[in-house]
Amino acid sequence: MKGSPPVALDDDFLGQVHVYEKHRIGLPRMRPYFRELWRRREFAVELSRSTLRAQNFNTLFGQLWLVLNPLLLGAVYYVLVAIIRGNARGIDFLAHLLGGLFIFYFVSGSILTGTNSVVGGGRLILNTSFPRILLPASATITAFLRFLPTLPIYAAVHIAAGLPFSWAMLWVPVLLLLYALFAHGVAAFFATLQVYFRDTANFLPYLTRIWLYLSPILWTLDDVSGVGVKIKQFLVLNPLYPMLGAWQDIMEHGHAPRLSFLLGTLAWAVGATVVGGLFFMSREREFAVRL
Amino acid sequence: MSSLSVSERAKKGLSDGSRVGGPAVKVEDLSVTYRASVEKRPTLRGAIMRAGRGRRTIRTIEAVRDVSFEVQPGTVLGIVGANGAGKSTLVRAVAGILPPTEGRIEVHGRVSTLLALGVGFNGNLSGRENVVLGGLAAGLTRSEVAEKYQEIEDFAELGDFIDMPMKTYSSGMFSRLAFSVAVNMTPDILLVDEALSAGDARFKRKSLDKMRELVAQARTIFLVSHALATVRELCSEAIWMHKGELKLHGDPDRVIKGYTRYLEVGESAVTDEDF
Repeated sequence: MKGSPPVALDDDFLGQVHVYEKHRIGLPRMRPYFRELWRRREFAVELSRSTLRAQNFNTLFGQLWLVLNPLLLGAVYYVLVAIIRGNARGIDFLAHLLGGLFIFYFVSGSILTGTNSVVGGGRLILNTSFPRILLPASATITAFLRFLPTLPIYAAVHIAAGLPFSWAMLWVPVLLLLYALFAHGVAAFFATLQVYFRDTANFLPYLTRIWLYLSPILWTLDDVSGVGVKIKQFLVLNPLYPMLGAWQDIMEHGHAPRLSFLLGTLAWAVGATVVGGLFFMSREREFAVRL
Repeated sequence: MSSLSVSERAKKGLSDGSRVGGPAVKVEDLSVTYRASVEKRPTLRGAIMRAGRGRRTIRTIEAVRDVSFEVQPGTVLGIVGANGAGKSTLVRAVAGILPPTEGRIEVHGRVSTLLALGVGFNGNLSGRENVVLGGLAAGLTRSEVAEKYQEIEDFAELGDFIDMPMKTYSSGMFSRLAFSVAVNMTPDILLVDEALSAGDARFKRKSLDKMRELVAQARTIFLVSHALATVRELCSEAIWMHKGELKLHGDPDRVIKGYTRYLEVGESAVTDEDF
């Protein structure tokens, strides 16, 4: 037993034999990492449920607030846009605005809470050994659970505006998954930064605010069709440009998202997951000493 | 394939408590060094404002230096030493929370930790939710957690407080729940860091009894404590850590004698050098 070869066991977290060796900054072994991640998926879900419960979102008025809050925001921006343009836009613009806002708050909410997830999970990190990426993942799930009740609101406005229903709507679950992947990747990235620079979360609200204005939410893609090529090239770099563009193709034009938007969304989702995820995982074994 | 069979054997050996030869925990030439920020709260703003002035704000701390020892299954190992001697770091390294800077640690068995901060990472959640989340994070399935939950609740004796947010708990209630979670996870190896100090006399008695029960089942326990009487009473072996180094390893009486003599004789030296 004792002379057994350098143990090739891959249970880093729970299994019966653990071997901890010299630590290098680098990635953990992927196979056991993802197996443990999968084994603990319940944890991420339970954590978001408990968090929502603690914020009283399981009560009637809590649910109502989840719906009211984005609706009020929608109203604020609707009035703002009407004043700036000097004329009120139709209800189809309200649908455009609300759809964009709801998705924007899903993505940015996931990033903002995800950023604090690691530092906020201090005790758990100091006492238990588990794949830490579950913490930002849980933040994304929380943001998604908060996003869900806004969908019926959007549906109502969509109907009221007389916007089309089509088979293209089957793309929506795919898009939502890609949005979630993107949001999680970015959240993991900022969660890692937050461990090293505790004011990262303080800067983020400013960045997301600018991001909101740069995204096709308060304005439509048609609005900017006249602007110069230079500005347009810049706008296209925004991850939300293809992401919301794909959504608007489905919802406002009733056809499947154009290929460039789909590919753009996919590229941002995969890119953020890979870059954010790898950055997080390469650093996560250091978190315990940094908290 | 072959790795699987090794772990299978280890599993079998441990579950019937009759594994011969192999130590439960083997620590070889372990060093844990970490860079701690001198700033209370490292910020980007701070980093930018300091930029160019070349002031070092990172201090390297050699918390554990070149420590080697083996612990046989069924041992209750007391770990004593002054504040900052590296006791907690050592225990966290064995738990797999802090990675070794040098050396190697081999742990045979399921580990349960009861470290200084206890359970309950989120004060806004109830005791029940924190217990469930802690169990899930430790890799138990939902049904395993449900199975153990009742025992945990009964042992902690928190009454209605179990469903209150943990920020309403007193420190004694906190540590009762933490202890209850750790011992009821039926660990092969239990790592306890300064956890028996809180809680009232009756609960302390109860937890000592529970620890003895675990010892009787050939479980291995690491007990970090400043209560030397407890170490003497409970432990079958002890180590004395001093400034990250292993000073003495052996019979608890001998180790404690060495440690207390050092404290008496070197009192001024300790205060001078350690702090």
